[in-house]
Amino acid sequence: MFLCDDFPIEFARQPGLGAPVWRGRAASGEDLKDFAATVHLQGGRLAALWGSDERQRHGGPSTGAVAGFRLHCVFGVSQGHACVSLDLPGDDPATLVYPDLSAIFPAANRMQRATRDMVGIASDGPDQRPWLRHGAWPADWYPLRHDAVHVFGMGVGFPNLPSDYDFVQVGGEGAHEIPVGPIHAGIIEPGHFRFSVVGERVLRLEQRLGYQHKGVEKRFIGMDIGRGAKLVGRISGDSTCAYAWAYADAVEAACGVEPPRRALLLRALMLERERVANHLGDLGALGNDAAFAFGLTQFLRLKEDWLRLNAEAFGHRFMMDRIVPGGVAGDIGAPALAAIVEQCGVIAGEVKKLRTLYDEHAGLQDRFLTTGIIDTALVRELSLSGMAARASGMILDGRAHRHEYTPPSPWTTLGVRPITDERGDVAARVAVRFGEIAESLRLLCVLAVGLPTGETRVETAPVAGAAGLGVVEGWRGEVLVGVQFDSEGKLARVHPHDPSWQAWPALEHAVMNDIVPDFPLINKSFNLSYSGVDL
Amino acid sequence: MISISGLIGQLFAIALALVLAPLLAGWVGQCRAWLQSRTAPPLLQSYYMLHKLFHKDVVLAHGASSLFRTAPFVMFGCMVLACAIIPSLSTDLPFAPAADAIALVGVFGLARVFISLAAMDVGTAFGSLGGRREMLIGFLAEPALLMVIFTVAMIANSTSLATIVETLAHSDFAIYPSLAFAGIAFAFVSLAENARVPVDNPATHLELTMIHEAMILEYSGLHLALIEWAASLKLYAYSCLGLALFFPRGIAAGDSFPALLAAIPLLLFKLAIGGFLLALIETINAKLRIFRAPEFLGTAFLLAVLGLLVRLLLEGRA
Repeated sequence: MFLCDDFPIEFARQPGLGAPVWRGRAASGEDLKDFAATVHLQGGRLAALWGSDERQRHGGPSTGAVAGFRLHCVFGVSQGHACVSLDLPGDDPATLVYPDLSAIFPAANRMQRATRDMVGIASDGPDQRPWLRHGAWPADWYPLRHDAVHVFGMGVGFPNLPSDYDFVQVGGEGAHEIPVGPIHAGIIEPGHFRFSVVGERVLRLEQRLGYQHKGVEKRFIGMDIGRGAKLVGRISGDSTCAYAWAYADAVEAACGVEPPRRALLLRALMLERERVANHLGDLGALGNDAAFAFGLTQFLRLKEDWLRLNAEAFGHRFMMDRIVPGGVAGDIGAPALAAIVEQCGVIAGEVKKLRTLYDEHAGLQDRFLTTGIIDTALVRELSLSGMAARASGMILDGRAHRHEYTPPSPWTTLGVRPITDERGDVAARVAVRFGEIAESLRLLCVLAVGLPTGETRVETAPVAGAAGLGVVEGWRGEVLVGVQFDSEGKLARVHPHDPSWQAWPALEHAVMNDIVPDFPLINKSFNLSYSGVDL
Repeated sequence: MISISGLIGQLFAIALALVLAPLLAGWVGQCRAWLQSRTAPPLLQSYYMLHKLFHKDVVLAHGASSLFRTAPFVMFGCMVLACAIIPSLSTDLPFAPAADAIALVGVFGLARVFISLAAMDVGTAFGSLGGRREMLIGFLAEPALLMVIFTVAMIANSTSLATIVETLAHSDFAIYPSLAFAGIAFAFVSLAENARVPVDNPATHLELTMIHEAMILEYSGLHLALIEWAASLKLYAYSCLGLALFFPRGIAAGDSFPALLAAIPLLLFKLAIGGFLLALIETINAKLRIFRAPEFLGTAFLLAVLGLLVRLLLEGRA
């Protein structure tokens, strides 16, 4: 049984060892909307939304049941994930419309707008402002349509047209705007933040992203499995293991391949090392943003040691290209495993000392506590996942057991303890990071000590026309990758989804009623990816 | 009557300030790096920065008025004047009668007004943000600084800095409890006035948190060089003022040339200690939430008033 029996959508569980995913097809837009409403009612989330061009390539007749476009919606439900697709026949813009989901899940807003920019299928919602399109291509040209191919590879581009963006205006006495970015005073990723303030108090923040749009999804089209794995690991460099694993899961589900147990455990080892590396860096940066530079240098020292052991054990500081469909590239020897266990002990001691330092530093705590609060109800409404959701009291971790949910292998037997905090402020996100480092260090020791012998990789041959979805609990939150093969076994469509899609709007809420100079600290406490959402 | 040796001493003090100020900033940066277990930048880093900036072209914002262009010169001039009237080596300063301790506060205020107006002149959001915050800090810091000066002035029965130093440095050794209060208040005010942690963070790249840096974001080339130099002169001036008021021993009286020479190493020593303490404070503290700054400076004001009361009630009869 899935959700409720009398629902018009039939679901089938996706094969493979990845996270539990059920796939179904909605017959009409109304069915999709009803399903979304039911998921919302039962406390579920919108995990991802994207579109694909299903027309036959090169202008020939379509072989599928439908010639047109397809909308894919992934919902987070209590048992796992439900992937619902909706066919939109034809290519007349008037018919390529589906019901607006943003009234049910506000997180849908930006995904719907991005889908329209990229594929040209639109929701019937009121907000039709462009999201990823910044005037680099015309409004009636859609990069992810098959017939948009010719522009690339010929040196032909579009003139860069200036684009006006309709920011929401805040009126009233004393209210004014502070535009920040996309070029900042420091070397960080580009994003525009429009603050409406009274004095130092933030009334409203509106983000404008997309400055890093580089056509990643377009680039995937026509690639083979191996090259796709390389590209997916470079979407957001801080989450390369999470993306690579989610992609591998999706490909393996589509191709009916099961990676060996040793490979799964090595993947988990790398994912946890990625988590610890990022948390170490963030904890230092959070201290630095409160002008406590001592914290930054100490945590950076630990992170550097950590990354060096990555390079030694896996051949790459960020472990790029180590997780591949079918298993992992390369193996790890006993000395490297011993070094990992030993380093976990050292780091655990150092982090414990630094945690005491942070916890007892009155100045730091004054900055962290009650700054940038989001409560559990808001987290649910915004479909937030991952570390930030857990810092607002949500017990939601793809690696941990919860009611009706069994995590995928190899987490099933590891007994991951989700780290939560009820407060929802910067201090909570700091505390969750500290807690997750300790938990990951424990997991790393268990993984390194109990690593079974055996193969690390099996052959993965593409299956024409197959599709799969991979879900991995990365350090920031849930990373999803949807994969579709074409009739020749090449990648027809790959959609990577970063948890930042849901978390950026949460940041807009977190900063409300705080003061302008606290924004950088709140922003850093989320540390969201620009590259991962600009695609 | 201005004596030749006095004039030489005066010019020497100004020259020394111009040379030493960037060095002091470099020293603080070096100490901070060591305390944070980082590799320190060279001691001469501030000079390299000034050299680089003086050789760069000035990029002006559209619509920048002459105010924007003159403000760096005014700020630099104010800080040189401040360094000239604060006794650092000798109390025989021919320029000292030009401005007493109260006027000194006014000189600092003048520089602040100009740089804040210039920040708002180009009309960027950050300029106004920084200018606004600078005025918030300034209007709270100035009364506290005045109270500190009143306390010390009551001991010397004069507001002339030269007279104050002469009284404190060359009378019989005496313990003034009021000076302890005034000293702590002065340290608080100095941190705020020089855009230091915990009130401001001179090393930040986060434009939304900036105070001093936000005001000068639009400056470049010669203008920025002058502002950076003026900022280090301000730190030097505050350091010398602190030393003159609270640790005046060793500052030469009159125009005795050997005493002047002997005062130099002692000044360097005192500045080095002061710079290290500043770096230490900056390392162990986090930045205050901006609305805590009034509490911080309110505490400074309270301490200064306490110093004044202690002087009036306990020491006045002596």
